[in-house]
Amino acid sequence: MTASIREAQEYWEEATLNKSLAKGRERKPVFKTTSQTETRRLYTPADTEGMDYGRDLGFPGDYPFTRGVQPTMYRGRFWTMRQYAGFGTAQETNQRYRYLLDHGQTGLSVAFDLPTQVGYDSDHPLAEGEVGKAGVAIDSLRDMEILFDGIPLDKVSTSMTITSPAAILLCMYVAVAEKQGVKAAVLQGTIQNDILKEYAARGTYIFPPLPSMRITTDIFAFCNEHLPRWNSISISGYHMREAGCSAVQEVAFTLANGIAYVEAAIRAGLNIDSFASRLSFFFNAHNDFLEEIAKFRAARRLWAKIMRERFHAKKDESCILRFHTQTAGCTLTYQQPDNNVIRVAFQALAAVLGGTQSLHTNSRDEAFSLPSEDSVRIALRTQQVIAYESGVADTIDPLAGSYAIEAMTNDIENRASEYIAKIDEMGGAVKAIGAGFMQREIAESAYQYQKDIEAKERIIVGVNQFQVEESPLQDIFRIRAGSEASQKEQLSRVKQERDDRQVQQALTALRETAEGTGNVVPPILAAVRAYATVGEISDILRAVFGEYREL
Amino acid sequence: MAKKIRILIAKPGLDGHDRGAKVIARALRDAGMEVIYTGIRQTPEQIANTAIQEGVDMVGLSCLSGAHSTLFPKVVEILKQKGAGDIHIFGGGIIPVADIPALKEAGVHEIFPPGTSTQEIIRYIEANAK
Repeated sequence: MTASIREAQEYWEEATLNKSLAKGRERKPVFKTTSQTETRRLYTPADTEGMDYGRDLGFPGDYPFTRGVQPTMYRGRFWTMRQYAGFGTAQETNQRYRYLLDHGQTGLSVAFDLPTQVGYDSDHPLAEGEVGKAGVAIDSLRDMEILFDGIPLDKVSTSMTITSPAAILLCMYVAVAEKQGVKAAVLQGTIQNDILKEYAARGTYIFPPLPSMRITTDIFAFCNEHLPRWNSISISGYHMREAGCSAVQEVAFTLANGIAYVEAAIRAGLNIDSFASRLSFFFNAHNDFLEEIAKFRAARRLWAKIMRERFHAKKDESCILRFHTQTAGCTLTYQQPDNNVIRVAFQALAAVLGGTQSLHTNSRDEAFSLPSEDSVRIALRTQQVIAYESGVADTIDPLAGSYAIEAMTNDIENRASEYIAKIDEMGGAVKAIGAGFMQREIAESAYQYQKDIEAKERIIVGVNQFQVEESPLQDIFRIRAGSEASQKEQLSRVKQERDDRQVQQALTALRETAEGTGNVVPPILAAVRAYATVGEISDILRAVFGEYREL
Repeated sequence: MAKKIRILIAKPGLDGHDRGAKVIARALRDAGMEVIYTGIRQTPEQIANTAIQEGVDMVGLSCLSGAHSTLFPKVVEILKQKGAGDIHIFGGGIIPVADIPALKEAGVHEIFPPGTSTQEIIRYIEANAK
């Protein structure tokens, strides 16, 4: 059949297309996606030649999960609408969470401030000016109690964007649940716990790779035993994409990191089928609508094959790539910020058509500051309009079978596989990052992207075309000026009220475990219960493990 | 031949968002300048010391974490204390417009918002380098 289609296409090119091209050229000599792949003029069955429906697409909920991870997808229930939020003190953020839940958000996502993410207490000299800025400041269990005050942890699922001190914050969550009378076994949520992308792009590392990977697999083992409904990691391409990589690189680097975690867990003695189904992923939804939809589908199919063919996972569940999506922060413009609402809507739609399990939609004013309540509400409403009004959630994987989408899905899978083979040759993701490979690739793509914008080969509406005279947005969200001081006071109060002897005992026990080979999570849980702080616990681990410095 | 402009691109504070800083550093290099990039997680003290040791004409600070109002003026202050107050400081990142007057008063000469082209920054540097 494809031969006759090719022939017919050649005839069409001669008889019809060339006449049209003779009258006027196309907009560009070559059309390219963000991954520098050529987008063809027209896709036909010839472009998906050799595809086998059962083998390559299959049915939703069945291997290789190209069409989705659940048999009913959004007909059963919508994706989780999960807005990443956090600022100031725990009390202030708790108010925002209640606001979001009142407006129909269905899951929580905690943004921690940078001192928390790199294991410094709010009174540390390096924390100055950063406390409560990029997220909520958490020093001790007391802050987490306030953060989730009035929010029943057996009813809500919570994602926590925390990696180097992931074990500490996870333990705090478990301890808060205990105080609410909720058992760890019923807790639902995700801990980011993905250190490799921190070295590659995001920057909130504390320890060197080896001990970091040990903490990662200790968390896997702990979750395996105590938190069976918890996602023990969120293997994240999001931040590498934000740092500038392409869609193909996003899939390749994320799955390469995933392979490294699976290998580390197997080396630590875990059975693949015991932890694999609790691995989760996190992707970006960028501007190139069709490429993004294809990206999500390609990532699902490629991961399924990796789990079955490389790691010999026996359970189908172990081969499922479940993922959270966030729209692309780096595409938000400072110029004509209301246009961002439209960008976000398309990106969110791509995520939904790509079969995401949960979604964060960015707010229009994030090129200025953290978003205002009004902007966050519009962002949430964008998801609700897609869910309730657009109809796209009523049938599963509606773009399957599109010649363009299937050809792009195949192409992304193939090109990502080539990258993964290259990373394998380098000795895997840990070595590739150690050699600066991913960092260089990301920086190269970022620079190319910027050059394309400046050469007007890539048009960003309102930035390099369709500009207007405008004054910058003034009405933006501000963090309360006294937040940092309030947080420091809270910290010193906690330190006065707690039993120091208990804290010291717990920290000593943690040091001993860290120096040995035991799982560090249980002694961290004991320390957290005694109100040891994020900084104190991190300092113990710094003393044993050392600190990482950028290449 | 005119002396090449020497410039330090720096990331103060705990912020890991280095896409902008790296793109700017590379664009300035391509424009023929001598560029030193500090890498992330630098204290104002470290940045000032590097600026002095490297004998740069200008320092470009990048911050997306919201800590700019604390960190940028500190860099200026330390440079002044060390007798290097003549080094020209500018910045960029996620910086609310309302914060800009205070930053300028503290000695940060210019703030570039998101979406600024690298060519505009190059023109600014060439116009302001001594």
